[in-house]
Amino acid sequence: MSSQVPNDLRYAKSHEWVRVNGDVATVGITDHAQHELTDVVFVELPNVGRKVRAGEACAVVESVKTASDIYSPVSGEIVGVNKAVADNPALVNSSPFGEGWFLQVRLANAAEVEGLLTPEAYRAQIGV
Amino acid sequence: MSLLRTPLFPAHQKLGGRLIEFGGWEMPVQYSSIVDEHLCVRKASGIFDICHMGEVFLEGPQAANFLNATLGNDIRKLSVGQGQYTHLCNEHGGTVDDLYAYRLASESYLLIINASRIAPDTDWLTRRLSGFAAREGVRMDPASDRMGAVAIQGPRVVEFIGQLFPGGSEAGTPVRQVTDLKKNELGAWKFSGETLWVARTGSTGEDGFEAVGPAGVMEALWNRALAVGHVGCLQPCGLGARDTLRTEVCFPLYGHELDESTSPLEAGLGVFVSLDKGEFVGREALCRQKAEGVSRKCVAFRMVEKSAPPRPGYAIISGESPVGTVVSGTQSPSLGIGIGMGYVPPALAIPGTRIAIEIRGRRCPAEIVKKPIFRKA
Repeated sequence: MSSQVPNDLRYAKSHEWVRVNGDVATVGITDHAQHELTDVVFVELPNVGRKVRAGEACAVVESVKTASDIYSPVSGEIVGVNKAVADNPALVNSSPFGEGWFLQVRLANAAEVEGLLTPEAYRAQIGV
Repeated sequence: MSLLRTPLFPAHQKLGGRLIEFGGWEMPVQYSSIVDEHLCVRKASGIFDICHMGEVFLEGPQAANFLNATLGNDIRKLSVGQGQYTHLCNEHGGTVDDLYAYRLASESYLLIINASRIAPDTDWLTRRLSGFAAREGVRMDPASDRMGAVAIQGPRVVEFIGQLFPGGSEAGTPVRQVTDLKKNELGAWKFSGETLWVARTGSTGEDGFEAVGPAGVMEALWNRALAVGHVGCLQPCGLGARDTLRTEVCFPLYGHELDESTSPLEAGLGVFVSLDKGEFVGREALCRQKAEGVSRKCVAFRMVEKSAPPRPGYAIISGESPVGTVVSGTQSPSLGIGIGMGYVPPALAIPGTRIAIEIRGRRCPAEIVKKPIFRKA
């Protein structure tokens, strides 16, 4: 059960991933995180327009057993949330890096992305 | 304090079970996923490690009288080879533990108690026994350290359980084959040269069996069950599925629906308390509760619309005010919606009553429903 860690993303220690496109970062949780959670049954997303700081809890993902906070790896304004994942939380399990994304943040400080874990560093953290 | 491990710990590791702390024990919460294991038990079959649960044997000419003065249910209802759900109450009617009592032979009983309650129960029973006038006629043997148990549950267990326990029973209820046991009956079968007690009981709401015996044969029993269980699509199941299964059918879990300040009557378990059988610990307090009415009742509820799952500790709201607390809550794998149990004032404890569950500051609509929450079609 080796978890995928795509090379084109950056990672947070708390198991979120970030994909940067221009000045917008898309955020989701990693394959490793969804394996650990299993059976995601509910996703609570923030309101668009909310300002978040890096490391701030901004969404909640719930499995049958537990509720876990999702932390924004970057600072900025929430400019998009994935309604599809709120309607169908199982997307987090089936497509953590694709259809199962959580939210989009307009970067307040693009340099923050450079401070996130590289794929190599995240692989080392989760031991794959 | 380091965590305790059951004799099946190596088996869980081999199967890749995810291990968590539960009541001081290191136990598998799941192997594949809670939903997968849950649905497998509802449709086919599952096997659970319940070695962490406790065993106490009581024997002797006064054992029945001692148990009847100590437990809530009427032990005299039991014929040899039968079991009953019952409670150990304190003087205030609060619940020291909920348990199963089996009559193994004319003057021999086995109590199966909760893992987290082994020490308090043993202490309680020891103190009661020392104050019991006819204590010379009772031998108590707390056997949790040397005994283990597995539960094999689900509608397809009958397809293979006879291979695990072939032939007729050697003690308990006399039957020609293990599937002839009726609900709450038990018998003895040999396995690997040891005597196992096999009861038609369980806490999933499904048909099934629980087998209790010496700890040393548990791993062989577990492996043999998995080997013969393929016809019934048997899967190993963890505590996660055990909890969602029992919540759907509203079976109490000690520490949630029951504790030392909660009576079986408040929990809605009065049918298992025999107030007219004669004196027993807590009877006076329970009779008073029955006469005056309880101040809160354990109800089942389900969420009315899609929401985060309710969890233990969340507030129950009626109108604008908090009126109680959720004690068990989860997403129901069978129903695909949030369900739970909680305590509310008796006036609200009526199926159909609208309530709300406060989830992270949001009041999510729910409805009180009749127990069990889930019933098979």
